[in-house]
Amino acid sequence: MSAQSIEESTARPVARRAGGGGGLSLALAQGGIEFKQFVRTRESLVFTLLFPVMLMLIFGSIFGSVVITPPGEIPAVTLSQYFVTGMIASGIMATGFQNLAITIPIERDRGVLKRYRGTPMPKWVFFAGKILCVAALAFISVVMLLAVAVAFYDLRLPDTGQKWFTFGWVSVLGLIACTLCGIAFSGVAKTGRAGPAVVTPIALILQFTSGVFFEYDDLPPWMQQFAALFPLKWMCQGLRSVFLPESFASQEVAGSYELGKVALVLAAWCVGGLVLCLVGFRWTSKREG
Amino acid sequence: MVPGVTHEELAISVSGLRKSYADNVAVAGVDLAVPRGEVFALLGPNGAGKTTTVEILEGFRTRDSGTVSVLGTDPAKADRDWRRRVGIVLQGTGEFDELKVHEVVRHFARFYPNPADPDEVIERVGLGEKANSRTHTLSGGQKRRLDVALGIVNQPEVLFLDEPTTGFDPAARREFWELIRALSHTGTTILLTTHYLDEAEALADRVGVIARGSMIAVSTPAELGGRHLATATVSWREDGGTRVEETDRPTEVVQRLAASFGGEVPELTVTRPTLEDVYLKMIGENGQVAA
Repeated sequence: MSAQSIEESTARPVARRAGGGGGLSLALAQGGIEFKQFVRTRESLVFTLLFPVMLMLIFGSIFGSVVITPPGEIPAVTLSQYFVTGMIASGIMATGFQNLAITIPIERDRGVLKRYRGTPMPKWVFFAGKILCVAALAFISVVMLLAVAVAFYDLRLPDTGQKWFTFGWVSVLGLIACTLCGIAFSGVAKTGRAGPAVVTPIALILQFTSGVFFEYDDLPPWMQQFAALFPLKWMCQGLRSVFLPESFASQEVAGSYELGKVALVLAAWCVGGLVLCLVGFRWTSKREG
Repeated sequence: MVPGVTHEELAISVSGLRKSYADNVAVAGVDLAVPRGEVFALLGPNGAGKTTTVEILEGFRTRDSGTVSVLGTDPAKADRDWRRRVGIVLQGTGEFDELKVHEVVRHFARFYPNPADPDEVIERVGLGEKANSRTHTLSGGQKRRLDVALGIVNQPEVLFLDEPTTGFDPAARREFWELIRALSHTGTTILLTTHYLDEAEALADRVGVIARGSMIAVSTPAELGGRHLATATVSWREDGGTRVEETDRPTEVVQRLAASFGGEVPELTVTRPTLEDVYLKMIGENGQVAA
């Protein structure tokens, strides 16, 4: 190598910042590429986005218009309406928790994460990209579920600003908690292949115990107490306060929708999930090559 | 150290590098010095410590002891500025499934302040016609080219290539070598690992043989193991049989034969040990069984 080119390379400014418009635009680009990859993968489209809609249609058809409020009470609430709120919460959990806890180990196995680590991309950009992608998917999922529920199951959209606001913060807090837990949980599956086997039972157990497939207040107390430790139960409860009548609150275990507690538990899971992410996330498989 | 090269001119310098996993010593005291602009090949059987060494240099693995410097920086303390100047082609192929070739290259170019033009990089690695294809439709060799495209899109000063042509057919390997030569001509320092001896011979300015975690020889491919000084074997056909003569002065033998045959010597060959002969002997002496 000539002396001249050595001079050139050492003269390279050391403090030059990332290309383009800095970290934020990188994060947006990363989110965009994640989203592109997701929507082009038929399996993930079907299982993550369409599965909750399919479940809603199946259960809705089975339960039909079974009324779960005491006879004569107005407004009446049908089991399908109750079920819809649980499916929206499940849709959020599917895009945040299941999706990431299953796809990240596959990407780790395939060396995609390692490849990113070999670039100057700041670590947070990778997570921001995942979060942006998940947020877009959750939005699509919730809109689809709402559309189906309004069309077929007499679900009424929130009629006050207050309820829309509750809908917003319950969904966002729930999504953040699920996303962070999904990222943290990606460290549990040792291989990409093990992902679904580890993650799916957890999601199913939470759905059965949190008031998605069955009415929460009908469950045995020990099951209620178990589910109350995890975010899904609180997401369902928060969403019931949005989509079911005020009067239905009397059927809740506590006799109210406990929105303060919903916020508290979901926020705690956001913090806990973040800590677990920082502790448990792995960029590479344990021992390779 | 390479004689006559000062420390600043070294792109890579390693001394006393050690790394163990649990009960297994992967790297047992490796020294290495690669001046800027050189193509250096690390040769060695599987499990010899090549990938561990390279991944320490790439900043992916920690080391137990020894000093390591790549472009004047310890890779264990690699910051983003350092990453901008280093290109990495990992062992094994990257997977980008449903993304298109140009989307992946463009995306990686975003991570760098002065990237090469992505379209030009795609052309340069020979994927021009595949720029619009989804990456899962590429052949093994084409995927590897995409790996290289991502390794060079930042115009690195140092490029690491870990077994870049494993699984290639012979024609694809030759084409790949041309690509590496072209990169080398632009002044990029290249450290590659391989277990193909012809690859090391075709590409490398110098080769280092690694076995059982130790560097057992460093030399030019032509001189490895004293190969250029080794006894030559002259063989020819005479009286219906093959005659062989081992000699340190093959030219004299050939002249003598030419005189005695009065011109063309039937089936004349002059050979010295191949790189493979020398290499197998070397790793054999170290008790390493070549796969």
